[in-house]
Amino acid sequence: MPDRLLDLRGVAMAFGGLTVVDGLDLHVDEGEIVSVIGPNGAGKTTLFNLITGVYRPTAGDIVFAGESIVGLEPHRITQRGIARTFQTLRLFLNMTVRENVMAAAYGHTKAGPLRAMLRTPGMRREEAAIRELAEKRLAFFGSRLMGYRWDQPAYSLSYANRRRLEIARATATNPRLLLLDEPAAGMNPNETLEIAELIGQLRTEGGYTILVIEHDMHVVEGISDRVVALDHGVKIAEGTFEAVATDPRVVEAYLGTGAMARKAI
Amino acid sequence: MTDEPTRPEEPVGGETGPKVGRDEWVARHEGNAQRRGGLLGVVEARLALVPWWGWLALLAAVVVLLPVGSDSGYVRRVAFDTLLYMLLALGLNVVVGWGGLFDLGYVAFYGIGAYAYAMLSSNHFDIHLPSLVTIPLIVVLGAVIGLLVGLPSRRLSGDYLAIVTLFFFQLFITVSTNGDDIGGHNVTGGSNGIGGVDASIDPLSFFGWELPQLTSGGVFNLAYLYVALVVFVVVFVALRLVNQSRTGRAWRSLREDPLAAEMMGMPVNWLKLMAFSFGAAVAALTGTIFASLNAGVFPQTFQFPLLITIYAMVILGGAGNMAGVVLGAIIVNVLLEVLREPGDARYIFYIVVAAGLLAVLKLSRRLAIVVAGTLVLGFLVRFLAEQLSDRATAGSPNGEGWLADAIERWVFIPSSLGAWGPVSYITLVCILLALTLVDGWRRLALLVPTLYLAAFVWENVMLSKPEPTRYILLGAILVTLMVARPEGLLGEKRVEIV
Repeated sequence: MPDRLLDLRGVAMAFGGLTVVDGLDLHVDEGEIVSVIGPNGAGKTTLFNLITGVYRPTAGDIVFAGESIVGLEPHRITQRGIARTFQTLRLFLNMTVRENVMAAAYGHTKAGPLRAMLRTPGMRREEAAIRELAEKRLAFFGSRLMGYRWDQPAYSLSYANRRRLEIARATATNPRLLLLDEPAAGMNPNETLEIAELIGQLRTEGGYTILVIEHDMHVVEGISDRVVALDHGVKIAEGTFEAVATDPRVVEAYLGTGAMARKAI
Repeated sequence: MTDEPTRPEEPVGGETGPKVGRDEWVARHEGNAQRRGGLLGVVEARLALVPWWGWLALLAAVVVLLPVGSDSGYVRRVAFDTLLYMLLALGLNVVVGWGGLFDLGYVAFYGIGAYAYAMLSSNHFDIHLPSLVTIPLIVVLGAVIGLLVGLPSRRLSGDYLAIVTLFFFQLFITVSTNGDDIGGHNVTGGSNGIGGVDASIDPLSFFGWELPQLTSGGVFNLAYLYVALVVFVVVFVALRLVNQSRTGRAWRSLREDPLAAEMMGMPVNWLKLMAFSFGAAVAALTGTIFASLNAGVFPQTFQFPLLITIYAMVILGGAGNMAGVVLGAIIVNVLLEVLREPGDARYIFYIVVAAGLLAVLKLSRRLAIVVAGTLVLGFLVRFLAEQLSDRATAGSPNGEGWLADAIERWVFIPSSLGAWGPVSYITLVCILLALTLVDGWRRLALLVPTLYLAAFVWENVMLSKPEPTRYILLGAILVTLMVARPEGLLGEKRVEIV
């Protein structure tokens, strides 16, 4: 399987006696959009934390682009090409919009503080490149994060724009794989549609492979090549949206036992 | 709306794209700016146009021209000390203001720099390295020690980091105070420090050109003021350049959200070490200048009050803002000096009280009532005191000035207060607390005797002990300012969660 960008093999995670992810196999192919669904507490965000190195899995292996990334420090994993957004927004609130994105270029730039003090030509070139990269990433969102907004502090943005800025910041790390944690949470129906469209553009125009956690089934239906359903840290279904959405175990996980029977009546 | 300065019409949007500057934030921002109308607003807008190097040049010019304006050795010495404080505040700002790391061991690095200079360029070990070798060496040494202290604490933050760095500071104090017998060797000179006749410390020397600490007339050598100024300008510019590079952005990201910073590819642990290291290097550099001018280092210098003073400067000026912490250093140090002299301290006290009243009551009828009430009460009480006993008005105010003469006719100053001193002081504290519990006309009525009692305590109790008084007054000013402006004088308003 040469085009497997991310491959989780039998990954398990336990906090003390509590197992939150158990024997999970999951893979994302190059250029794919995979959605992870599941009720609250199913282990979806834990899955992201495992991939990005916040937690170290208690068992199993995580392979990214052919190499195991288990045990690497999170910033190393990001530098290898995995970037994420957060379900609860975690922007650098008191920095400007542009600085938020520029800061994320740290991993693939080099000029240290001594070169900054001397303002060497190489450092100035790099700084200009970082600035250009940030402005390009922000331009991806049309006029929403443009112009005068660049120099505003991030806390001044509206909720929806903060979500967009988080995505822009993640893309500034030059990732191959984007992990989006509930990108449509808290958005109104219009903004939700827009986000769904945007995720498609991130693949076609940005060239990112995307793994997304999402609760809004319209979004999931609209964007996913493949859907993975989790419950209690176990994969209960995988396949196309239609196949997963009608899977009895998925319905049961969301609505409880007997839901299918009632639906039949 | 009539006296609002008219603003040129905004270009109307349309084909040129979205109309810029018209969303909620901008509207609110302009509203805030407009609220400060009139002359003050115009001045503020003009000042905002001055670039950062303009202010730096102004500051440098003031220091350079200081000897022209005053030939007092004391004033020059205060200017020199202020420059050192400004440097220390800049260094602490890297750790606290940008890195967001609560470092309580900062003064130890200052001490290490001073002690290192005293050991490498003095008779103490009979090593006499030239300044151009010693100073860079000590800057590197400071950076390395900062790194080493950071190493065990790189995974710590908040209170835990504070405790570990506090331990390091205590370790420094213990070693420097008791270091006169380490395995039979006198390393730090113990509580006597290094310096004096036996271990005289070399003055700064550049290219064989020596700068004696005192001029032939026995007064403070101006060269040191200029050395400190040059070092300050270099450090300021260097740190500013770092702040506007990827390292500076990463530091501030770390302050905002360490987890998100790590997730965005920034090596958080390494960045913390770097912040420590930079702060330590600046502190150590400052220590070398301190040691060279004073021709001696003593453990008493590097104690907790100094740490608190530097923190007060950083917080007062606005942590994270370089111009702010420099301003904070100037204000705190100059204020502490001015408060030494009772006559000058008196002006500051009454100005602060008057400004506080004006800020709370504005220019209103209530203000007039309170001021008039206090004045009348004062004359009345003094008259009664005079009738009761001659001794009640036999004292005279500390310090000089027209205000002292005026006050003497208003506040009664007994020849000796005796036990009544502490009583009046504690009563004042209690009545101030009571003032926060009542409101409406009761507060206004209580304010009148409170003000008079404050003046009484100030004249009789506090001015007779200037040393603790200046810290108390500084503390009161700091508290008031922090209540009114938590982000510091020039600090950006911080938003934690929205």
